[in-house]
Amino acid sequence: MKCWRVPLDAEEIQVSRGVVHIVEDRCKGCGYCIEYCPRDVLEFSRKFNSKGYHPPTAKKPEACVNCHYCEIICPDFAIFSVEAPVDAPQGA
Amino acid sequence: MKPAVLTGEHFITGDVACAEGALAAGCRFFGAYPITPATEIAEHMASRLPGVGGIFIQMEDEIAAMASILGASCAGAKSMTATSGPGFSLMMENLGLGICTETPCVVVNVQRAGPSTGLPTLGAQGDMMQARWGSHGHYEIIALAPASPQEIFHQTIMAFNLSETYRLPVLIMADEVIGHLSERVIIPEASAIKTVSRPRAKGRKDRFKPFQPGPDGVAPMAIAGEGYGIHVTGLTHDEKGYPVMTAEAQAAMVGRITEKITRNLDKIIQLEEYRLDDAEVVIVSYGASARSSLAAVDEAREQGIKAGLLRLVTVWPFPEARIRELAKRAKGFVTVELNLGQVHLEVERCAGGAAPAVLVGHAGGAVITPERIIETIRSAF
Amino acid sequence: MDKVKDRMEHPLDDLLRTDRIPHIWCSGCGIGTAFSSCLVALKGSGVDLDKTVMVSGIGCSGRGAGYIRLDSYHTTHGRAIPFATGMKLANPELNVILFSGDGDLFAIGGNHFIHAARRNVDLAVVCVNNLNYGMTGGQAAATTPLMSKTTTTPLGSIEPPFNLPLLAYAAGATYIARWTVLHTRDLTKSIEEAVLHRGFAFIEVLAPCPTGYGRRNKQKPADTLKLYQERSIIRNSAHPAEVTLDFEQGVTLGKFVDYERPTYTDAYDKIYRPQNLLDGDKAI
Repeated sequence: MKCWRVPLDAEEIQVSRGVVHIVEDRCKGCGYCIEYCPRDVLEFSRKFNSKGYHPPTAKKPEACVNCHYCEIICPDFAIFSVEAPVDAPQGA
Repeated sequence: MKPAVLTGEHFITGDVACAEGALAAGCRFFGAYPITPATEIAEHMASRLPGVGGIFIQMEDEIAAMASILGASCAGAKSMTATSGPGFSLMMENLGLGICTETPCVVVNVQRAGPSTGLPTLGAQGDMMQARWGSHGHYEIIALAPASPQEIFHQTIMAFNLSETYRLPVLIMADEVIGHLSERVIIPEASAIKTVSRPRAKGRKDRFKPFQPGPDGVAPMAIAGEGYGIHVTGLTHDEKGYPVMTAEAQAAMVGRITEKITRNLDKIIQLEEYRLDDAEVVIVSYGASARSSLAAVDEAREQGIKAGLLRLVTVWPFPEARIRELAKRAKGFVTVELNLGQVHLEVERCAGGAAPAVLVGHAGGAVITPERIIETIRSAF
Repeated sequence: MDKVKDRMEHPLDDLLRTDRIPHIWCSGCGIGTAFSSCLVALKGSGVDLDKTVMVSGIGCSGRGAGYIRLDSYHTTHGRAIPFATGMKLANPELNVILFSGDGDLFAIGGNHFIHAARRNVDLAVVCVNNLNYGMTGGQAAATTPLMSKTTTTPLGSIEPPFNLPLLAYAAGATYIARWTVLHTRDLTKSIEEAVLHRGFAFIEVLAPCPTGYGRRNKQKPADTLKLYQERSIIRNSAHPAEVTLDFEQGVTLGKFVDYERPTYTDAYDKIYRPQNLLDGDKAI
């Protein structure tokens, strides 16, 4: 995230961390989550699900900030994010 | 405030008697649309329903009227609409929805002469086959035919009880003659009126299957808002109410909703027989035409013709067994109806060649006279 | 969303008939997103879900009622609103939400829509507008943009489409909004407001239809969403007559109307219950 200057409260604010869960067999490979994830966490996986679609996979899991946008834009209830456990690795 | 059951002696039209029958039966929702000669039913319900805690709404067309009574029934209300030919035609698709989703309600058709706009103020009985097969697909239906204001009062109660018992729309096939005829109508004490309510869902909500039949083939009904979380669809569905797009599910569903009627014919079919025991000529009639037939039986007897009347109180399901039985000994059947041969076709089919079946018909707008009936008997037999 | 650590269940599973998922809607179809927003809105609104009913008509969106784990009714084409009217009037305690498509609600169902809006029946109508009849393979609808290709307008649709918010406004709807599936949070908030609104609430939700509409109008799924992103202008409280739906000039989004007037049930109870009834001259 580029800013004019480092936000004053950069230290105090704890950027939330998320973990993405994918219900692979529900995915129909539309790519909306990949396209609209603000942190560019996802990409099409090389694997096929049972219906022959490529579900998403997290290429940068640590970048997820648990904003849930993948979850709410998904037409198939196939992806959601939950808050990462406290000891999760710190992402960029 | 007037009670729902207006006990007492009245001099009222068939339309008004029908409305009073509905109130007595527990009808608390009426989806209306004005159409001659049924408007008076709606008008009467408009002024009576609110006072008994019911809802009256005039919808924007008959399609909406029919849809609204299905919705009201799914929400737990006993509901009714009344119309005539043109509206009855518009109601056909949603009638099918009521049959497929097994939603109890009552539809009154005060028949007028058709086709099309026809003779709005004159009676006919030309919608009988439409009553049987008007919606698309294969199904069973229950249709009653009142022959007097007194009878339409009782038949409306019967219609509600049948619709609630077997969970389907029940038709009252009246006609303008009965609808606009004023006669004495005795409304009994409320305690003397037996009403039936639909079997209700009970037990565990997470295990409940909305279309799993009870012993008589009828499934207990969950009402919207009770927390059973049911799905109801016009698509072919399984016992969970889930759409299943297979021939097997179709055979099972259609099989069940037809058998719940065909297995209970003895409880559903109601006939009235007049001087039939030794009759050689069996007159089959219903509704207003049955009144002329009654007179014709007596006059024929005076002229030495052994005639008798089989009056269809329920036209559908058709009393096949009774006709076949009578065909064994009858010289012939005479069907008297205000069309050019509809129920006549059923009589002829069930007579099965064992006895000839002739029609005394009319396209509508006139009442068939006893003289014409006797004339036909003389020339045919 | 709750904090349960390693949860494998999708947060909406408790409101979904998971035994019927994956659902029928095509890859990239926006109905699922609109439907998901409805579920989130219902949960967020705090209404008693046992007393909440979804009614839908026929068409792709019409299948929505089959996926919600509440009392749901999948009625006939165009007739969801009169069915829902009967239901709501028979039991005013029910929260009745309609989830159906542009073809179902505004072509065959148009007459019922305008009357329910005129009566201000307390219903929340979510109309997924994918600009064509999707279920039957992509025919023109009353909302199909001018010169769009569909299977029944092979050379382009020559009929100007409805402005749905204006139509709802003219008919008397008391809550009117339009969002796209891409404006998911605004949409969800709006549905929540509609569910809680006393009176006839209408929300138009623009959604991609890749199979029926997109294929014939050079829009891949992501293209349609990009159009929503680049061409939409949010103008809350815009007058419905100025609300446009033109992918060249612009698509107006926002909440346009939100006021209250007596609902049908309010008026019925006030006028028809219980004092002296209209049985004067009709006395029998």
